[in-house]
Amino acid sequence: MSFSWARPYEPKHPVMRWLDERLPLPRLVYGAIGGGYPVPRNLNYFWNFGVLAGIFLTIQIVTGIVLAMHYYATTDGSFNSVNGLIMRDVNAGWLLRYSHMNGASFFFIVTYIHIFRGLYYGSYKAPRELVWMLGLVIYLLMMATAFMGYVLPWGQMSYWGAQVITGFFSAFPLIGEPLRVWLLGGYAPDQAALTRFFSLHYLLPFVIAGVVILHIWALHIPGSGNPTGVDVKTEKDTLPFHPFYTAKDGWFAAFVLLVFAVVTFYAPNYLGHPDNYIPANPLATPAHIVPEWYFWPFYAILRSFTIDFILPAKLWGVLAMFGSILLLFFLPWLDNSPVRSGAYRPVFKRFFWLLVIDVVILGYVGGAPLNWWRTALGQLASAYYFAHFLVILPLVSAFETTDPLPTSISESVLHGEAAEAAPAGQTKPRRGSVATAG
Amino acid sequence: MRFILGFIGSVFAGILLISMIGNLSTYFGNKPAPLAAEEFHLEPRALHLKSDGPFGKFDKAQLQRGFQIYSEVCSACHSMKLVSFRELKGLGYNDAEIKKIASDWKTQVPSINPDTGEASTRKALPSDAFPSPFANEVAARAANNNALPPDLSLMTKAREGGASYVYSLLTGYRDPNTYKNEAGKPLPNEAKPTGTLHFNPYFANLNIAMPPPLTAEGQVTYAPGNPKPTVDQMAKDVAAFLVWTAEPNLENRHAAGIAVTVFLLIASILGYLAYQQIWHDAKRAVRITGPLDPENQAKSKRAKAKQGVAG
Amino acid sequence: MATQSAEGSTTAGHDGEGEGVRRRDFLNVAAVSFAGVGTVAALAPLLVQMAPSADVLALATTEIDISKVQPGQGIKTQWRKQPVFVRNLTPKEIAEADAVSLGELRDPETLAQRTKPGHKNWLITLGVCTHLGCVPLGIGDGENKGPYGGYFCPCHGSMYDTAARIRQGPAPKNLMVPDYKFLSPTTVQIG
Repeated sequence: MSFSWARPYEPKHPVMRWLDERLPLPRLVYGAIGGGYPVPRNLNYFWNFGVLAGIFLTIQIVTGIVLAMHYYATTDGSFNSVNGLIMRDVNAGWLLRYSHMNGASFFFIVTYIHIFRGLYYGSYKAPRELVWMLGLVIYLLMMATAFMGYVLPWGQMSYWGAQVITGFFSAFPLIGEPLRVWLLGGYAPDQAALTRFFSLHYLLPFVIAGVVILHIWALHIPGSGNPTGVDVKTEKDTLPFHPFYTAKDGWFAAFVLLVFAVVTFYAPNYLGHPDNYIPANPLATPAHIVPEWYFWPFYAILRSFTIDFILPAKLWGVLAMFGSILLLFFLPWLDNSPVRSGAYRPVFKRFFWLLVIDVVILGYVGGAPLNWWRTALGQLASAYYFAHFLVILPLVSAFETTDPLPTSISESVLHGEAAEAAPAGQTKPRRGSVATAG
Repeated sequence: MRFILGFIGSVFAGILLISMIGNLSTYFGNKPAPLAAEEFHLEPRALHLKSDGPFGKFDKAQLQRGFQIYSEVCSACHSMKLVSFRELKGLGYNDAEIKKIASDWKTQVPSINPDTGEASTRKALPSDAFPSPFANEVAARAANNNALPPDLSLMTKAREGGASYVYSLLTGYRDPNTYKNEAGKPLPNEAKPTGTLHFNPYFANLNIAMPPPLTAEGQVTYAPGNPKPTVDQMAKDVAAFLVWTAEPNLENRHAAGIAVTVFLLIASILGYLAYQQIWHDAKRAVRITGPLDPENQAKSKRAKAKQGVAG
Repeated sequence: MATQSAEGSTTAGHDGEGEGVRRRDFLNVAAVSFAGVGTVAALAPLLVQMAPSADVLALATTEIDISKVQPGQGIKTQWRKQPVFVRNLTPKEIAEADAVSLGELRDPETLAQRTKPGHKNWLITLGVCTHLGCVPLGIGDGENKGPYGGYFCPCHGSMYDTAARIRQGPAPKNLMVPDYKFLSPTTVQIG
């Protein structure tokens, strides 16, 4: 930790001192999330979502391990073990299953908000490029984990979702079909696929936890960003993480858990699909195969490619779908404006909101049955998505005139919380702002 | 590198726009005729049950009536493999009644003859699940014109519309020769049922293999003190019963939900107040040293001077 | 979450402590305690789910038909996934059991204490040796009944008599008699 005024760990309790001398864990925790980690004092609630993602990861791991005590990973026993044994007979089984099911959705909700915070406030820019890329690795692992987890109950959507997603690989020429058969351990999702998905679904969350540790470690080298995008300069700019941000994270976590509880207890199947309550039938395809909602934007991009152009349309779809996430790795270099925060970048800000609307449209198109105008809308929205990151952002960052920045964080806090950087933005200079003074 | 990425982006965007134009021109070029399913399919009619809503509880008398309908009508073709006889306690039956229901059940449980080892059947025990009326899928299809009557354990969770869908379907059979949709259009011949199918606009494909199961009032005789067994009432009762089979823990879930929600509400409020308390000092402390700080005062003075504001 | 306590760690609080501290501490302590209680309560479903589920508990009671067991014969059956020996004792076996004085027994019990009144010939015990859990021999025709005419455990040589009481060998207790009752002269319900 590179801030000179960060408080060093001084254990008062003799047991803590004994422990710290032998294994510097207490010191590590103190310096990471205790009173020894200075954090910019002007963070808004969008900065809460990283911790929330960690909380939902924990909920998923705990409920998952406990569910695995009752789950049978066999094609004839799996559906009954989930919907018969766990939901009906296991004590509190229904609570564990619904929590795990909705926990996955909430994990994605908070992660998406966390990602969009990063996009708006330039969290991916130097010196935090690696934090951003590790985050993308976490996101990819989350998607793999969620996909495999959804297959486990072996419902209609589980089976046909597995068919479709593993079918992507056959789009690649030459190696595609052998790769698909290798992944499945067979020619269609069956016992071999189910057992290996169970094994990997149990493993990957722990890999995610490891990458999360790297993600936080990489962040703590430069320290957290803040809504102004201006670096921390003096002690006046920061507050120790504990108790200020432990309190803020604590209360907001209770609130988000409240929303989670309302969904889990009173609308547990709202975010799911009824077809997954039908046992898998390899001989009958559901009327509309759709993945879970958090995959809908990518599903829309995949289905948007309808004409063959040198390459077959199916291959374009697969390449574009993977490409839509992979291009995010290049974001720190695509957008190289020296101004980090969208609050001070009026042109960028407008395109950011266009992107948000675009992703929402893609989500809608991905989840709905296809017809002529939804396909067209999806194609337009997918085109915008690629244009936004690969063409528009580089141009905007090269030619934009940005708003003047505050000289420091404490400066921006001093001149009124109302003037603090927020997505709704402040485009005119604040009273007494240092637009001109030095 | 940015040029390569920009080029790739343009290629994707370009192909997409070409696809879109192609798609739109194909569509407007020759508009496809609307599918019969789109024009004639009906959304389910809403069914309001006592178990609806966050404070919903089962109407046990209705569940018992619904179970009676399942026993006397539906169980001839439909299995309920995930429900065990012992779960009927949730309907208000006691142990002795459940034991009798199980042993009297008209389908027996597959078993082995203890003397000869040949396949045979035995009477059901409360710990058994409801035995399926057919030994396997092949037998089920053979007995039902190649249609497979689905298992009913999770039916209200496995269909869009849940109990409303089941209720609408059971009361939704219509005469295909006289039926007209809301716009007054009669059913075209290609949408009419063929062979052994029956027309029901609430069914996704309009023509369902199941013949109307509830046909006449009094098909099932309810015990005294219950409403009259009209087709509408019987459909509601069996739909309510199927909500129970899909979610026997519904009441537990609602009750636990209230406890957890209230707890988290109080925790959030306490947490928020503690947070305000902790931060109140922090912001105030900065403000105290802020504007009065000579450095900041000088800055403000200079800024005002530059803007031409009187100091 | 916090390795240091939350008390008085507001860095900027250099205004008058006193009353403010007490109120501030109370709110913090209340919030943290509430969260603590919640965390402990959240543990409950995680622990309770490991207890036997409803389907396992449903099989906690089994009915056994004993109509075919002749005097001198026994059957091996199952209850809660464990072996159960049901033995129809002959009058000679009953007399042998009653002739043993309680002082000779490691685990003193009379045959009458181990059977139901009016059904003294029916000896129903678990078929699990009380030493280390093997299934003893002696219930079926032709199996080694051991020197006391009851059961013989081949693993470490525990020997049981006609009332399934331990007489010799390492087992500490007699074969366990489960809770059972006669539903009819030919049907027994165990558990």
